[in-house]
Amino acid sequence: MTEAAVHVEGTELQARVHEALASPATHAKGQQHPIKLYLVVWGWLFVLSTCSYLVDYFGIQGNLRWSLIVLFMVLKAGLIVAVFMHMAWERLALAYAILLPPVLVLVFVTIMVLESDYTLFTRLLFFAPT
Amino acid sequence: MAEPAVTNTGQPTALITGLRGIAADWSSDQRAFKNVSWGKAMMWIFLLSDTFIFSCFLLSYMTARMSTTVPWPNPGEVFALNLGGRHIPLILIAIMTFILISSSGTMAMAVNFGYRRDRIRTAALMLATAAFGATFVGMQAFEWTKLIMEGVRPWGNPWGAAQFGSSFFMITGFHGTHVTIGVIFLIAIARKVLRGDFDVERRGFFTSRKGYYEIVEITGLYWHFVDLVWVFIFAFFYLW
Repeated sequence: MTEAAVHVEGTELQARVHEALASPATHAKGQQHPIKLYLVVWGWLFVLSTCSYLVDYFGIQGNLRWSLIVLFMVLKAGLIVAVFMHMAWERLALAYAILLPPVLVLVFVTIMVLESDYTLFTRLLFFAPT
Repeated sequence: MAEPAVTNTGQPTALITGLRGIAADWSSDQRAFKNVSWGKAMMWIFLLSDTFIFSCFLLSYMTARMSTTVPWPNPGEVFALNLGGRHIPLILIAIMTFILISSSGTMAMAVNFGYRRDRIRTAALMLATAAFGATFVGMQAFEWTKLIMEGVRPWGNPWGAAQFGSSFFMITGFHGTHVTIGVIFLIAIARKVLRGDFDVERRGFFTSRKGYYEIVEITGLYWHFVDLVWVFIFAFFYLW
């Protein structure tokens, strides 16, 4: 094979790869999943919502209450993002770019918990009804 | 002028998976999101920024609630309704949650039928989603009216900490606005689907770009995000 032929072949290959990457119409074939999967997830979301409502209905209090609420919340959010929003089938480059930054909000949460504890402390100290 | 010769650019023909794939995608000196169209990538990035906005609202609510010396009103009682002579706590919010989850289910199926180029079913499911969304906003309007009649204001309420009203109106108001925009977005895209814009690749009147069925999935991303935010509001504001 001559060098020119290799070049031509390379160009064609490049064009095809580029087309495959850039055209949404080609990509569109990617996110096709059976309807049953969506129905199962839908059912689970109903079950989890009912569970978190029952936590309030039966008046569970204390640590058990908030751990159950957070558990059901995280499971629901995970199902929606992974299946309904198709994140489970995206490339990791996108998944990490989108899902990691919100986790860092937890740092902000820690800062504000410390700050509001301090605010509450000073309020109790200086504005307490005597 | 001669065509410039294309030599080996190092572009792999098969994409690498796993953690090495992340490094390869991001360091490729090209687009980082290899198999995602610009429209979908931009919707995800918008949703990421919107996540931060809602995070800030929920954080300010947390800070107000943790730092106040006055007891916080019990949301279970505040949002209780009398149905058929029975006093049921938080029932309205539970119904709203189920409505929003149902709308997410119909939206997911609309995306599926969109990629199968089933015009009628896609549009019908999108309109069903929009109807669920409108019902949700209607119930929220009812809830706001009820609370305002009972004397809840951004600066005070009859049951406890004054910050309850401002947090409530700010968070649910912003979420309700998102739902309303989503309903408009859904109706606009459903009309295009029904008209067959994406079968004939008709150009948009504003962007002059060809439309694809992928826009149904992008609309769906926005709609699922609205549902996702409600999951967090339901847990942190209503159940906590």
